[in-house]
Amino acid sequence: MNDLAEIISQNEDRIRAEWIRSMSNTVQRADLISKAELDEQCRDILRAIVAGVKTSRPTEISSSGWATGRELLSEISASRARQGFSPVEVATFVLSLKQPLFAAIREKFVSSQEKLFDTIWSATELLDRLALVTTEAYMATREELILRQQQELLELSTPVVKLWDGILALPIIGTLDSARTQVVMENLLESVVATNSKYAIIDITGVPTVDTLVAQHLLKTITAARLMGAECIISGVRPQIAQTIVHLGINLEDVVTKAKLADAFALALQRSGRTVVRSSSAPTSPISNLFAKRED
Amino acid sequence: MDRIPVLRMGSLLLITIQVDMHDKLALQLQDDVTERISEWGATGVLIDISSLEIVDSFIGRMLANIAAMSRVLGADTVVVGMQPAVAITLVELGMSLPGVRTALSVEAGMELLYGAATRADDAST
Repeated sequence: MNDLAEIISQNEDRIRAEWIRSMSNTVQRADLISKAELDEQCRDILRAIVAGVKTSRPTEISSSGWATGRELLSEISASRARQGFSPVEVATFVLSLKQPLFAAIREKFVSSQEKLFDTIWSATELLDRLALVTTEAYMATREELILRQQQELLELSTPVVKLWDGILALPIIGTLDSARTQVVMENLLESVVATNSKYAIIDITGVPTVDTLVAQHLLKTITAARLMGAECIISGVRPQIAQTIVHLGINLEDVVTKAKLADAFALALQRSGRTVVRSSSAPTSPISNLFAKRED
Repeated sequence: MDRIPVLRMGSLLLITIQVDMHDKLALQLQDDVTERISEWGATGVLIDISSLEIVDSFIGRMLANIAAMSRVLGADTVVVGMQPAVAITLVELGMSLPGVRTALSVEAGMELLYGAATRADDAST
């Protein structure tokens, strides 16, 4: 096994140069990574491979002897995942090492067929495993990214706005699933306590479909708000959704529902003992004066 | 054994639950409330649970029970100041406390009870 380490350390510069050249034909992506950076990464990886093969066999990639190499590769592929490399490009990074490495091995064992085959086999085994490590790290980083974005989306999409003293509105955009309902419910209830609001308007204009599950989630939120002493009004029920609700047999009889947010707001104002009156001294435009005259 | 105090405010009973409820305490409270209502002729019961942070189905049923018992004895019950987490837990447990009236704060609860009392007076005169 130390043959491999020896070959790499002896021909390090040449292997690295050829490695980088073979990558430049396929996946270098000069727009995303500088030549100097790539050069440094390649050197680090070659040294880690030398250190790895000296201590343990290539099949034991998960053993402690390969810890530095694994970490290095995971780091590189994680940073590539964030930079926007494709999975093929990340995997090819390690696999491109095969050709220059095999060339060096062939030069060394030009006389002994058997040794040549053995060394090439262990080298290919090693590089395949390293490629798997990079792919795994790449996927993990992407998944982390997706998860974080999901979380951000969740927080972004559930604002609670105060319409008036004691009246809150909660415009819901997008489909309500269990996880979102939980966030919506918590946000709403926290805001009810924080602003001491007696009325909460849940606006579902932005909810594309209402099925039994969504309705159940809504009812839960409304019940929880009622337990705390706040009253909920659902607004933004589109005609299509009203039909669906009736066809599905969802019972919304205990809940006040309105077609428009404005209607719900008016109702909340009325219930809290307020009336909206048009001020008589409001400025009027010449055009509306014209209409007023014509009505006379 | 500690006990939850039942305070008298005019024709109302004021109960603030400041400690973690356990089952024995809840049963004791039921006894006390029913006794005080009949003794003092209270027309309203206000239960403040703003410092209650943990509920289970037993406590939820106790609240519903106290409300039902008070109604039998001729008093309205208002539960005030429920924490969001408590409300969510009760809903998840399937206890929506249908017969219990609720309010956001003690003040709002008082208003509700006094309003109900005044309306009842108006109706009787």
